[in-house]
Amino acid sequence: MSKLIYLDNAATTKVKDEVYDAMLPYFKELYGNPSSIYRFAGESKKAIENVRLQVAQFIGAKPEEIYFTGGGSESDNWALKAVAFAKRDKGKHIITSKIEHHAILHTCEYLNKLGYEISYINVDENGVIRRDELEAAIREDTILITVMFANNEIGTIQPIKEIGEIAKKHKVIFHTDAVQAYGHEGINVDEMNIDILSASGHKINGPKGIGIMYLRNSVKIGSFVHGGAQERGRRAGTHNTPGIIGFGKATELAARDLDKRKAYESELRDYLIERVLNEIPYTKLNGHRTDRLSNNANFSFRFIEGESLLIMLDQKNIAASSGSACTSGSLDPSHVLLAIGLPHEIAHGSLRLTLSDETTKEDIDYVVDELKGIVERLRSMSPLYEDFVKEK
Amino acid sequence: MSQIIEYSEKVMDHFSNPRNVGEIENASGVGTVGNAKCGDIMRIYLDIDENQYIRDCKFKTFGCGAAVATSSIATEMIKGKTVNEALKLTNKAVQEALGGLPPVKVHCSLLAEEAVHAALWDYAKKNHLEIEGLKPPVDDIDETEQFYEMAGEV
Repeated sequence: MSKLIYLDNAATTKVKDEVYDAMLPYFKELYGNPSSIYRFAGESKKAIENVRLQVAQFIGAKPEEIYFTGGGSESDNWALKAVAFAKRDKGKHIITSKIEHHAILHTCEYLNKLGYEISYINVDENGVIRRDELEAAIREDTILITVMFANNEIGTIQPIKEIGEIAKKHKVIFHTDAVQAYGHEGINVDEMNIDILSASGHKINGPKGIGIMYLRNSVKIGSFVHGGAQERGRRAGTHNTPGIIGFGKATELAARDLDKRKAYESELRDYLIERVLNEIPYTKLNGHRTDRLSNNANFSFRFIEGESLLIMLDQKNIAASSGSACTSGSLDPSHVLLAIGLPHEIAHGSLRLTLSDETTKEDIDYVVDELKGIVERLRSMSPLYEDFVKEK
Repeated sequence: MSQIIEYSEKVMDHFSNPRNVGEIENASGVGTVGNAKCGDIMRIYLDIDENQYIRDCKFKTFGCGAAVATSSIATEMIKGKTVNEALKLTNKAVQEALGGLPPVKVHCSLLAEEAVHAALWDYAKKNHLEIEGLKPPVDDIDETEQFYEMAGEV
């Protein structure tokens, strides 16, 4: 069997060697509890504070505004639930978009059950949030606007700075789930008027189970995990020292290589998109053509279904992902694809390919060549394609 | 966003090498069930001789791995059988023949059973036959909640 072609980097990424090497000493050598008083533990504490400073600098924040968490979902949960609780006397209205990650959407549904009202703002056919609709939805009792930085499925990057301006103008707290964007796109929390931000380590070649939440000093919200005094009493639990060190190293590498990596990946991405659209008929690119993550391509192939496509790609040693109902464990295809206006049957036939800086042009050529055959084969078995050909 | 479902070897075999894919021209009966909205459509073609033996059987399916595998094995199970034998094909038998299906895929075996019945119904209608136990196909069967309840998925 040929080598694995891993094109699911939006799901998770490989830990880079430098990251792994940086983490190792913190398992067996520098294993002290950073909260302890003796000098041995001080090493770990110092290393953690260095990462805090480094992360803060990367997004234009102050070190005391960075909190280490167990990952992107925890940060999202903390941000939404804690703002809801802290501002409950001001109001119970939250604004979000229709294409958020489930960490946001399901938290909103939970808050809705507790009596909060949620407005889900529409996106256009490219997956860009409708700013006029967003601004019009703001009310006296609106306490939070939460809109993702970049979409995990279709890769569309939101006009975050403009959304931040709207939030600031109306004095509403603005949170962004930047799990897909952190380390891939430049972020400055002051320039973009971001009050709270979630990010994760494992999407940027760091370890799993570690993330951060940026919380602007002027925004006062409570703790999510109660217990010890870690993270200034706001996030209890013994520090995940190796994870934090890994997050720091991954951030350092991402910051160092950001422009180079973006240029490399977007060139490959565009090559992939062009080949697929030119060589496979009845295919559509989902998401914005240019304002999209440099490593994301998402297609819909008419007349075929995503799970079959994924299994056949897997048989060719290609790891990818789809928004079809069969792969989501529900009856409906991806909420993101429906929100950009795709009919159900076209949403079922979607394929997401997300590259890394290790992906090569040869990989892309192999994938497109195999993909052509697979799509053709599935279409030859499809009654929808049969009807389409007969009608023509 | 996605999870690969664990399929039996038999399901993977029928998915990777589906039997009887294709169309039959001037078929004795054609049945299509499911709808694109829910992500599964199955179409079965039957060629039935004057003694009500199924001479040939073909299928086309839009759907997941299990949908392809259940339609493939269903065609294999009814080929060479009589109309009455084919009518007795159950979703349970389809599942068993495939070495089981993951719980969220049980409805695919029901669809296969329904597709066979729909094709038989078409055959009966074309030939003005009354076949005992054969009911007219339900439109958009897999949109009905009852359907998923039958499959134990609700």
